[in-house]
Amino acid sequence: MNARILAATTGRILRQLRHDRRTIALLVVVPAVLLTLVYFMYADQPTPPGQPTTFDRIALVMLGIFPFVIMFLVTSIAMLRERTSGTLERLLTTPLGKLDLLFGYGIAFGLAAAVQAAVAAAVAYWIFDLDTAGSIGLVLGIAVLDAVLGVALGLLCSAFARTEFQAVQFLPVVVIPQLLLCGLFVARDQMAGWLQALSDAFPLSYAIEALQEVGAHAEPTGRMWRDVGVVFGAVVLALVLAAATLRRRSG
Amino acid sequence: MDDAIAVRDLVVDRGGRRVLDGISCRVPRGAVTGLLGPSGSGKTTFMRAVVGVQLVSGGTVTVLGQLAGTPALRHRVGYLTQAPSVYADLTVRENARYFAALYGRGRAEADRAISDVGLAEAAGQLVGTLSGGQRSRASLACALVGEPELVILDEPTVGQDPVLRADLWARFHAMAAAGTTLLVSSHVMDEAARCDQLLLIRQGRLIADDSPAAVRAAAGVDDLDEAFLRLIRAGEAAATSTDATAARETA
Repeated sequence: MNARILAATTGRILRQLRHDRRTIALLVVVPAVLLTLVYFMYADQPTPPGQPTTFDRIALVMLGIFPFVIMFLVTSIAMLRERTSGTLERLLTTPLGKLDLLFGYGIAFGLAAAVQAAVAAAVAYWIFDLDTAGSIGLVLGIAVLDAVLGVALGLLCSAFARTEFQAVQFLPVVVIPQLLLCGLFVARDQMAGWLQALSDAFPLSYAIEALQEVGAHAEPTGRMWRDVGVVFGAVVLALVLAAATLRRRSG
Repeated sequence: MDDAIAVRDLVVDRGGRRVLDGISCRVPRGAVTGLLGPSGSGKTTFMRAVVGVQLVSGGTVTVLGQLAGTPALRHRVGYLTQAPSVYADLTVRENARYFAALYGRGRAEADRAISDVGLAEAAGQLVGTLSGGQRSRASLACALVGEPELVILDEPTVGQDPVLRADLWARFHAMAAAGTTLLVSSHVMDEAARCDQLLLIRQGRLIADDSPAAVRAAAGVDDLDEAFLRLIRAGEAAATSTDATAARETA
């Protein structure tokens, strides 16, 4: 890796994003709109005494899921475009290192996700009175880590897609099972054993648990840090595997 | 090492088909060498082998004294792919600056590369809005911006206006005069006369490796197109008589 090349690559990806105003608008506005929907869906639902409201429970988890899902999709398509446009092959003939490219995507889309998460959190906390025991800063930090997880998995999956159609199909394959089993729909400890085992193998489960820890405890817990560590490890693993799929020589 | 490129017994198979069949040749430093041949003759594969992105089945390719594909060569070799590989959602200037940064060059070099290919007036335009010819010149600017010692250009003048084409060839010769080595492919024979040295390949085999004057003298005609045709016919006749001799000997 080379700091100058990494910075240039990150800047280049952000510049591409900047030229695409509509994507920026969608990135910023859509999560806020969806949170609004969720708020009104649960507005009249009774809350059992002593428990967080349904909106609080779901909105907190959604703050982690939006950046994960959206950055997974955006990255898959962006990387596929690098492959099909020939720019990837060209980049690999230049002094650029594979990790410069992968980390460039991670940092650029991580920054975009930070903006997105900040807007979504602002809406959730200040307009809809989201209540978490822990700090908003931790929620944002975990949301950005979730985005980077989405980027890393997107970079990896794009290696297995030849067309845009295939790339989009990786959403149901890679993302939706993680959403179903992350504990949002059924608590993880109430699932059948084999489902729990699957859930334990999915990085998103740890990302969501970390957010729930922040929701329930005023101070960061050991479990939260462990979860953050697991997600971070999954990011590194996915990036290393993605680097291995980038071949400078091909047939 | 007097030669910029030395190729020995290069064999490349792609998709079960032999694309390059035992090519041996040398490309002199500080000159413009033309790689001529019909579409599908193996020009691009040959260039990819020189850049070091092609998996080869046999033979060696030595570039600037090192084996093709050696990491240090990525700083010294510039490659223009046949299809323009630049970012359509960035401006010409943003593309050139990004590739400049990869080679450790700055904005001044980027601006010079843009004006060298005659795109100064379109520098602020998104590449996606350019004409095909302009787009391939934007791609050319990105190949030249690192001021490499060896430049591999895959059909750089296709679709260009005749005046621009003449300008580009003048530019290539100026670069060669300053010590740069250029390997330029074309399927247009009238461009062969503009080269200092010629490599003619057909069906994966090298048919001629000489200066334009020597090729004309060998074939006994002034027109290079006709000269190549005679060389091909002579080669085929020789192959047939060898086969016939071999057949007689076995009989």
